[in-house]
Amino acid sequence: MLNKTRLELENVGRMTLDLISGIGAVFVFLLLTLRYSGTSFKRFSLTIREIFFSGVLSLIIILVSGLFVGMVLGLQGYETLQTYGSSESVGVLVALSLTRELGPVVSALLFASRAGSAITAEIGLMKATEQLSAMEMMAINPIARVVGPRFWGGVLSMPILTAMFIGTGVLGGYIIAVLLIGVDSGAFWSQMNSAVDVRHDVVNGLLKSFVFGLAICSIATYQGYSAAPTAEGVSGATTRTVVSSSLAILALDLVLTAFMLKG
Amino acid sequence: MASDAAVEISGLNFRYGERAILKGITMRIPRGSIVAIMGQSGCGKTTLLRLIGGQLRPTEGVLSVEGHDMRSISQDDLYRLRRRMGMLFQFGALFTDLSVFENVAFQMREHTDLPEDLIHDLTLLKLQAVGLRGVRDRMPGELSGGMARRVALARAIALDPMMMMYDEPFTGLDPISMGVITKLIRDLNSALGTTSIIVTHDVHESLRLVDYVYFVSEGVIVAEGTPDEIRASTLPYVHQFVWGEMDGPVPFHYPAPSMQALLAGNSLQS
Repeated sequence: MLNKTRLELENVGRMTLDLISGIGAVFVFLLLTLRYSGTSFKRFSLTIREIFFSGVLSLIIILVSGLFVGMVLGLQGYETLQTYGSSESVGVLVALSLTRELGPVVSALLFASRAGSAITAEIGLMKATEQLSAMEMMAINPIARVVGPRFWGGVLSMPILTAMFIGTGVLGGYIIAVLLIGVDSGAFWSQMNSAVDVRHDVVNGLLKSFVFGLAICSIATYQGYSAAPTAEGVSGATTRTVVSSSLAILALDLVLTAFMLKG
Repeated sequence: MASDAAVEISGLNFRYGERAILKGITMRIPRGSIVAIMGQSGCGKTTLLRLIGGQLRPTEGVLSVEGHDMRSISQDDLYRLRRRMGMLFQFGALFTDLSVFENVAFQMREHTDLPEDLIHDLTLLKLQAVGLRGVRDRMPGELSGGMARRVALARAIALDPMMMMYDEPFTGLDPISMGVITKLIRDLNSALGTTSIIVTHDVHESLRLVDYVYFVSEGVIVAEGTPDEIRASTLPYVHQFVWGEMDGPVPFHYPAPSMQALLAGNSLQS
């Protein structure tokens, strides 16, 4: 019995140490990426290309999801607010939910699954097929040439995607609440206009999404770069990117929200 | 004093953790020569190539490439040295997101300020040299194994390297592609005076091509000599390798408990 408890404690200890060293490794890799980021900005066309792959190609899933989330918020919000006779406030509910929480968090979760996994798989496969070694042998630093542009392409795309998610979400709410249910259009927009604060709601929301972007891209590039050069290695790394990014997004959201509400 | 050796290795040891991969390797590769490092799979020959290319650092011993001590070379010096080296990887390692043309032009774009029309002409010349100017717009996924290897060779020679390293250049190639690669290695050596190091287990193709051969087994150089000396060698290991005999100093069976013990049900104890 005592032995079993001891083993379980040891397991918990080992998992905690693994978690801490994992976060440390991602952080060190982030610093290394930042150190060699010059290429990403001096040759911005490389980063633009990655913005296309991470950002533009994620647009469909982001826009469609934003529209549906906004529609559902419109339906649920109207249903609840109607009980209190304030169904005109549905615009406020949709806009605040989206700018403060759902926009940054859901778009980041979608981005981690769509673009983060793709970044990991691409870098991992480049490693498995010796493309990164070939680059090193050509005296070109793979972190500067491969990792940097993908990292910054993702980081710069994330807030823009979030803004678009929020925009289509509000549109979805409008379609349901105003066009289908019949809430007054003037009340929908004017209440939203007066309740949503640019600094506290919009800027904070986009700031969150920028931090989420940093976390996702650090994890995705690190997992790809450190993947074992085998099929299992790359598939495992891709899975880890999605799981770790999702958990990081949720944990960071709690911390950031606490700070933002306090401030 | 400038030595006439491109690579000098003496008493080199290399370990992955506790596992010794290379033990007491000593070799000398003169400038402008073609040298083969042979041995069966897993004997440490690719590791040796990676050590020469600076991708790994020796645990002990002397390793000097073009006068640079590879144990203490700085990252900047290593990258400067690598600009004068080329490496052909076993499966080409072409950049899959770039076309054939862009793969070959890659180093010129990264390392030089040459005008675009000159890069264009030089790239086509390199592709012409490997006979593949006609596939310049294809993506690597659309090439056969032999073609990919030839494009990779064109890419490796893009900046006219003084030293070329070939990692298993003949593996998995049909006889025609193999002949083309062999001819290209020889032409490159005679036209540019490039030092060539070939890691291979393809005995007969290599012996026709190279000036000198080192045999590596279990991390140790077990034999060396000119192709004629190797062919005439009576050393059991070399004989087994050159003539492809199933059993010899390299046993057919990987070490395992004896069959008698297994049949007697003693395998767990053994």
